[in-house]
Amino acid sequence: MSERKNKAVAVGSTTTKTFGQRVIIDWKRNKWKYILLIPVVLYFLIFCYKPMYGIIIAFKNYKPSRGIIDSQWVGFQHFRNFFTSRECFRVVKNTFAISFLSILFGFPAPILLALLLNEIKNQKFKRVIQTVSYLPHFVSVVIICGLIKTFCLSDGVINVIINFFGGQTHNLLEDKNLFYTIFVGTDIWQGIGWGSIIYLAAIAGIDQEQYEAARIDGAGRLSQILHITIPGILPTVTVLFIMRMGSVLSVGYEKVLLLYNPVTYEVADVISTYVYRVGLVNAQYSFSTAVSLLNSVVNIVFLTLTNTICNKVNGSGLF
Amino acid sequence: MKDNKNQAKVRQSGSSKMFDFCNYVFMILLGIITIYPFYYVVVASVSDNTQLQFFKGILLTPQGFDLGAYKMAFQNPKLVRGFWNTIKIIGLQLPVNIVLTLFCANFLAAKNVMFKRSLTLFMMFTMYFGGGLIPVYLNMRDLGLDRSVWALVLGNALSLYNAIITKTAIEGIPESLSESAYIDGAGELTVLFKIILPLLKPTIAVLILYYGVAIWNGWFQASIYLSNDQLPMQNILRAILIENADYGTSSSAGDVVANTYTETIKYAAVVISTVPIITIYPFLQKYFAKGVMVGAVKG
Repeated sequence: MSERKNKAVAVGSTTTKTFGQRVIIDWKRNKWKYILLIPVVLYFLIFCYKPMYGIIIAFKNYKPSRGIIDSQWVGFQHFRNFFTSRECFRVVKNTFAISFLSILFGFPAPILLALLLNEIKNQKFKRVIQTVSYLPHFVSVVIICGLIKTFCLSDGVINVIINFFGGQTHNLLEDKNLFYTIFVGTDIWQGIGWGSIIYLAAIAGIDQEQYEAARIDGAGRLSQILHITIPGILPTVTVLFIMRMGSVLSVGYEKVLLLYNPVTYEVADVISTYVYRVGLVNAQYSFSTAVSLLNSVVNIVFLTLTNTICNKVNGSGLF
Repeated sequence: MKDNKNQAKVRQSGSSKMFDFCNYVFMILLGIITIYPFYYVVVASVSDNTQLQFFKGILLTPQGFDLGAYKMAFQNPKLVRGFWNTIKIIGLQLPVNIVLTLFCANFLAAKNVMFKRSLTLFMMFTMYFGGGLIPVYLNMRDLGLDRSVWALVLGNALSLYNAIITKTAIEGIPESLSESAYIDGAGELTVLFKIILPLLKPTIAVLILYYGVAIWNGWFQASIYLSNDQLPMQNILRAILIENADYGTSSSAGDVVANTYTETIKYAAVVISTVPIITIYPFLQKYFAKGVMVGAVKG
């Protein structure tokens, strides 16, 4: 009751005060919150928004000696050059291939692990498995790739196993057909445990009475998973799926740069590594920026598209 | 509780037991697949270099025993310098990270702030759109920060994701605490540093872990911005592991026995660089699961 009164007073007072007066009151009340935010805002302005302004070099012929403003406008020339270049098809195809495979296999993997972990009743065992499975998340990509290299050698551990089952041994990283398998497989290996945390949290939030009611109705474990657990975590899955779709065209350069070699360039070269090579190694700043701008735009399109679809289907979009 | 268990046992059908069995087997396999590479590294690092090179099969026990690779790693000037460079970057960046994250979260969690919506939007936008590799690089060059660790320190001064984790933690603190302090005449700063901050210790631990691991494991930005003698440990590891640079042959002429550790030094370096993370890991474990949850579960 008194709360409602307070609200009414607050509304009344804001309508009677001018904008300037409200700013003064706000400043008196929250002065330090704003002052402490200054370095944060400066960080965003200098290191996030200023580079965004720098994107206009995608439409210019940027010369470091002339600076961004004085460089000559060329319109969409760099975009046209990219679309007519030999590499265009290759890097777009590879990026989509890796992204598609890692969404197809990498996205459901932690969900599956969470569902299976949830079925383990021995809490101690469960905790040990969880702790172990988080570990690779904290290991650097350099070390992971170093290990992949060692294990994929023709006398490495994986080849020993292949040999045991009667397969042909060879250096797996120098096999074009295996690059995606290795890339996505090791991604899953590294991320499955860490990724499952969020789903386990979502499962923990499901009302336990639902399970009891289902058991009384004679539902088996599989049908409990299908009809209670999965619907229960669906909102979380949707949100993470939308966010994943927002980076459909951004296969990170770090792992590719560390893993690819002349034999696998053809299948491993993705947009981000192309941008890195053309931009930083060959110093074609404008062209490279155009390619990466294209990449961001496609990502945003995918993000909003998935969001719209999710909103239509089950009303649980991100925004 | 006991009763429940008995009931469950009675009801467990054959297929349910089968499911449990398969599930346990799967989990144990997963555990082995996850642990084995780390085990391999440790075992290989203490093996004898020549025996390791000729070993074919699945490595389960050390092949011979030789700790020389560790000695060699600790004596290698490049590795040691890389290690110190990493420590230096952490020392500079971590305080900046924690302070900015706290200030940002303090604002995001505040109530009754007039420009909160617009400022939040201003910050959130950067999560979905950015300048991209080249404009960011050119910006650093324009600022004169390339060839300097400040490119890394200031360029990664804040992760909005971590700020949101901290914001959620602040929102979890009962409002009555800060309200009563305000009534007692405390200012905003007193509330932040004397009331909120002490209650945020677990969250700060999570932040130290997240930021710390990111710095510890970073190599790409360093490879763009830093000169050779500024490079952190991961870049040296990259040279050893990926580019097969030879760090294992002692070059000093005075050596009586020309020991080579071309293989084992790789693993020794991996162990040395991973040990710090593995040691802090158990202490922070109880906190970080919580940290991940608040970030993204849609409530």
